[in-house]
Amino acid sequence: MKASTPLTKNIGPENIAATIEQYQANGGYAGLKKALSTMQPNDVVETVQAANLRGRGGAGFNTGLKWSFVPRGEGSPATKYLVCNADEMEPGTFKDRLLMERDPHQLIEGMIISAYGIEAVRAYIFIRGEYHLAADRLEHAIEEAYEHGYLGHNICGTKFSLDLYVHRSAGNYICGEETALLNALEGKRANPRAKPPFPQVSGLWGKPTVVNNVETLCNISHIIANGPEWYRGLGKGADAGTKLFGVSGRVKNPGTWELPMGTSIREIIELHAGGMQDGYKLKAFLPGGGSTDFLGPEHLDLPMDYDAIGKAGSRMGTGTMIILDDKTCPIGMVRNLMRFFAKESCGFCTPCRDGLPWVEKILTDIEQGKGSVRELDQLAQQVWNMRPGNTFCALAPGAAEPLQSALKMFRKEFLDHIERGCCPYEAAETRFVGA
Amino acid sequence: MARTIEKAVTVEPEIIAREKVPGPYANYLTAQEKAEIDHEIPRYETKRAVGIDALKIVQKYRGWISDDTLKAVAEYLSLSVAELEGVATFYTLIFREPVGRQVIYYCDSVSCWIMGGEQVRAKLEEHLGIKPGETTADGEYTLIPIQCLGDCDKAPVMMVGEQMHRHLSCEKIREIFAGENA
Repeated sequence: MKASTPLTKNIGPENIAATIEQYQANGGYAGLKKALSTMQPNDVVETVQAANLRGRGGAGFNTGLKWSFVPRGEGSPATKYLVCNADEMEPGTFKDRLLMERDPHQLIEGMIISAYGIEAVRAYIFIRGEYHLAADRLEHAIEEAYEHGYLGHNICGTKFSLDLYVHRSAGNYICGEETALLNALEGKRANPRAKPPFPQVSGLWGKPTVVNNVETLCNISHIIANGPEWYRGLGKGADAGTKLFGVSGRVKNPGTWELPMGTSIREIIELHAGGMQDGYKLKAFLPGGGSTDFLGPEHLDLPMDYDAIGKAGSRMGTGTMIILDDKTCPIGMVRNLMRFFAKESCGFCTPCRDGLPWVEKILTDIEQGKGSVRELDQLAQQVWNMRPGNTFCALAPGAAEPLQSALKMFRKEFLDHIERGCCPYEAAETRFVGA
Repeated sequence: MARTIEKAVTVEPEIIAREKVPGPYANYLTAQEKAEIDHEIPRYETKRAVGIDALKIVQKYRGWISDDTLKAVAEYLSLSVAELEGVATFYTLIFREPVGRQVIYYCDSVSCWIMGGEQVRAKLEEHLGIKPGETTADGEYTLIPIQCLGDCDKAPVMMVGEQMHRHLSCEKIREIFAGENA
């Protein structure tokens, strides 16, 4: 069966996980059987590359191309690893939780096929420690997969063997950075590593390793079962496939929906999310989580494509949007984001460790009406200090994105706070939630 | 990034098996704790990798990681205490000081903030009589802010122990703690 929403076809309104029987009855594990019986590992890599699946964790790199950098075949290191990045902690992102809690076998099948493609012998799901239900359901589903011969020795009667483990992390956003994640899996502090070498060549315990996001891996079984042409055809525009898009903030119907890549932002916010709540207007939004640049109402007709959002000066990121309404203080929102990044810095690079708390302090002063115009220049200076290439990893450049766009987009609001000497918006402590 | 600062050191020498001489903490961990730690060991290439899991396992039974607990886990896994302390203090879900029987993690990230998370925090503080980072006098609850809990369409949210609470309001906070004297 070729569903137009393959990722969520087993997900109903109730918060229960699809069992292995339900999953198989709806076409599950057909992709794995097809891969193992009719395809060589390299065919899997080439098929995924041809499907133009791009990483759903935020960076948008071609997944098959990423895999192709792994040394494979004769003479390559015998031990290779596949790691699923399930450390979903990007502010405003709530898509991987859904996929893992409600259809764990989809992720597991995707991982087995991917491991076959990159010739991995062991795979890990690195899940954030707070996702108890998702981890429990994954562990249960992994047991089912072992019982059915989809994991362990000689999978489906072939020579391919794979072990899959769930690693429950102990917190910290930085673990979502792939090299920091590998250090965390090795039992170390989660400081990012210098690249190169890239993990595909020297990753977990120095062995070739691929790290992919949950949603990315969930696409694999469908691509193998239905072919790359079918997958590319699912997208509306330049990008292939479907994607989980989400909206949070003051909209009527916040949630997550699987929609074709290239669906317009307007359709997502106004149709699926039901538009703004009565009495609120859309002021701006972050298109793909806390580390993307603000876009405004003038961008509503853009398609959610990696390149289209990039050209508008932001990033599609995780595809889960955060809406800023006209009654919420934009300075307060940016201050909240900067506090997050300041807290989550691993402390290794100076612009991040020292710059972000400084940014947070300046923003707090401005929000409280104690700021000065000169401090706006200091904020711009900090953005420059946190630019890509100035730090080991992308945390600081990511933090700079909402800040730099806020400085441009909300200049009037910044000046308003400074000139009035107070916040013109209602205080966060008294807003919205009823007594 | 275009520059190479240093070659990442990724190959870790296997911990050399030593003659087992019972250390000062040989009898500190319970049989159950040791069994659960042993269960994790074959899943990783080095014992060092089990450190985080081991701390979480022991914390599950003891509530937090005391200096003695840390030393016992380090000894059991043949790790240096300093190395394990570095790990224990890095991760937010490992507690190096006592916490209440239940930890209340309220989300303080952006979507919850927009949807009234600050008011939820204020209500929790008022109801429990403590500030974030503190524990109630009866030792029942510790209040801790947490990074985005990934339930943003149901904001504001919090997690009490392992239980998620969504669509929070002051009324709902009262309901959740109804019948308790916290």
